[in-house]
Amino acid sequence: MESWRRNPFVFWVTSLPPTLWLLFFFLVPLGIIWVISFGEKRGVIDIEITWVLDNYWRAFDPLYLEIFWKSLWMAFATTAICLIVAFPVAFSITFAPPRIKPLLLLLIILPFWTNLLIRTYALIAVLRTKGMVNFGLEWLWDQGNWLLTLVGLGDLQLLGAAFDPLQLLYNNTAVVVGLVYVHLPFMVLPLYAALDRMDRSFIEASLDLGAGHFRTFLTIVVPLAKAGIISGIIITFIPALGSFLTPDLLGGTDSQIIANVIERQFKNANDWPFGAALSFILMYITFIALTLRAFLARGSSAMEAG
Amino acid sequence: MGLFNGGKRAIQIGPLEYNKRLSFRLIFFVTLVFLYTPILTLIAFSFNDSRRNIVWRGFTLKYYEKAMDNDSLIQAFTNSMTIALISTIVSVILGAMVAIALWRFRFPGKASLEGAMALPIVIPEICMGVAMLAFFSRVGYPTNMPWPLNLGAITVAHISFSFPFAAMIIRARLANFNREQEEAAKDLGANEWETYRDVVIPYMRPGLLAGGLLAFTLSLDDFVITFFTAGPETVTFPVKVYSMVRFSVTPEINAASTVLIVITIALTVIATLMQNRAKP
Repeated sequence: MESWRRNPFVFWVTSLPPTLWLLFFFLVPLGIIWVISFGEKRGVIDIEITWVLDNYWRAFDPLYLEIFWKSLWMAFATTAICLIVAFPVAFSITFAPPRIKPLLLLLIILPFWTNLLIRTYALIAVLRTKGMVNFGLEWLWDQGNWLLTLVGLGDLQLLGAAFDPLQLLYNNTAVVVGLVYVHLPFMVLPLYAALDRMDRSFIEASLDLGAGHFRTFLTIVVPLAKAGIISGIIITFIPALGSFLTPDLLGGTDSQIIANVIERQFKNANDWPFGAALSFILMYITFIALTLRAFLARGSSAMEAG
Repeated sequence: MGLFNGGKRAIQIGPLEYNKRLSFRLIFFVTLVFLYTPILTLIAFSFNDSRRNIVWRGFTLKYYEKAMDNDSLIQAFTNSMTIALISTIVSVILGAMVAIALWRFRFPGKASLEGAMALPIVIPEICMGVAMLAFFSRVGYPTNMPWPLNLGAITVAHISFSFPFAAMIIRARLANFNREQEEAAKDLGANEWETYRDVVIPYMRPGLLAGGLLAFTLSLDDFVITFFTAGPETVTFPVKVYSMVRFSVTPEINAASTVLIVITIALTVIATLMQNRAKP
């Protein structure tokens, strides 16, 4: 690493174009949204920047607080389910023979590289009333009825008069299932990275000294893999909180979360100042989560060092 | 002793062999089923000779033909490919530049630049989407330009979120560069430009390829940011699929999606292989 003064020409040539691009096509757009968030709507497209905080106060209206609460709750639920599922998956990969590790990792990552929209669409095709899951259930229902008829109980209609397909789409459960489906690899990868780095002799020692697997997990594995767990939680939570497509396509009318409200302000409702304020609140929550991660990660690395 | 125990020990599961435990295997298997059933079903039923998409009625390619005959779908696909290509080239150039600047120099404001470069990676897509919408409506990007100039707004937005990712990958590659090679080139009389052309850039090549492929897939994948920057005339493939999905689930979407899945997965596998080779 050398001081930029030693070769100013190369420094400016390499640093100026990307910095200007970032400034004009990223920071300036964000700045515009930030300014708009202090504006007031006048007419259909006119926005007057009056530097009022009304748009932020409006976000604390019970209606929008409820939506924020729902967004946080759904992101929490997604993160929790991902964490519970990802731990055994990451364990399986960590302790697999080195030869097949890359293959197992690839199997987990590959769906993640498929277009998000296509994955969501694929999930709709599987979960809809005439989709694969209900089709499978109907088949089981038919077999059950056939068995009942075989033993002479067919007239009693024990399984109901007709197969009633499950409503698996367009509700909050569908959104959480969709979010887990999309974000699971985000959780598996950091957990795997942390577990793979861990010194296994600690686990062996704990087991040798008589602790059970569960106790070893709680008192040895979790503290050692803390940094990976925190990373996994944060990088699952942030995109889940800001997700737009999954609640939009899989959710019903009451499962719209914060990103859907933002989208509505910029498209149908045409209230840009309020949408801008909501965007910045979402961004601030993201920054708080990232700071928390940096703070917790520092704590855990200090603990490891000490 | 060993002789007698040998057979038994082979079946026994060691305390650390979590991967061999039935419960772990089951969870892993169920996870894979959960991850792959929707995608594989989608691919399988793009070849199914039935509109209802549930029962297998024989192999057909007619939905691929239908998708090929759908002019607006082909237009959207061409748009996506064009945007991805331009965005990739610019992202790799900008990414390589900033990677070199951050790797080579100490300068005031370096931490701020690094922080700003991380922003497009961490902020929610929806925020970036609405920012781009507000930006291009304020700037007044002309909407009635001839193809491909009308794709300019989307391409600019794609470059903004792709090049920091490309920079990250290229910088990781540069971190392992032995600067003595550069000094040797200069000692042997090469000037700054010749050193970069003949020594540094050839070393960066695997990183440039991996970064480029990542930028390409990111651009092809993006829906949310494009959704806010696209006009009625400038529809990309994901935006087109989105409007089709809103109406119904049809085998044509399956066919079109399968094509995109194959393209992205092929590119990703290539990128992964490149990146593995890029590691020392």
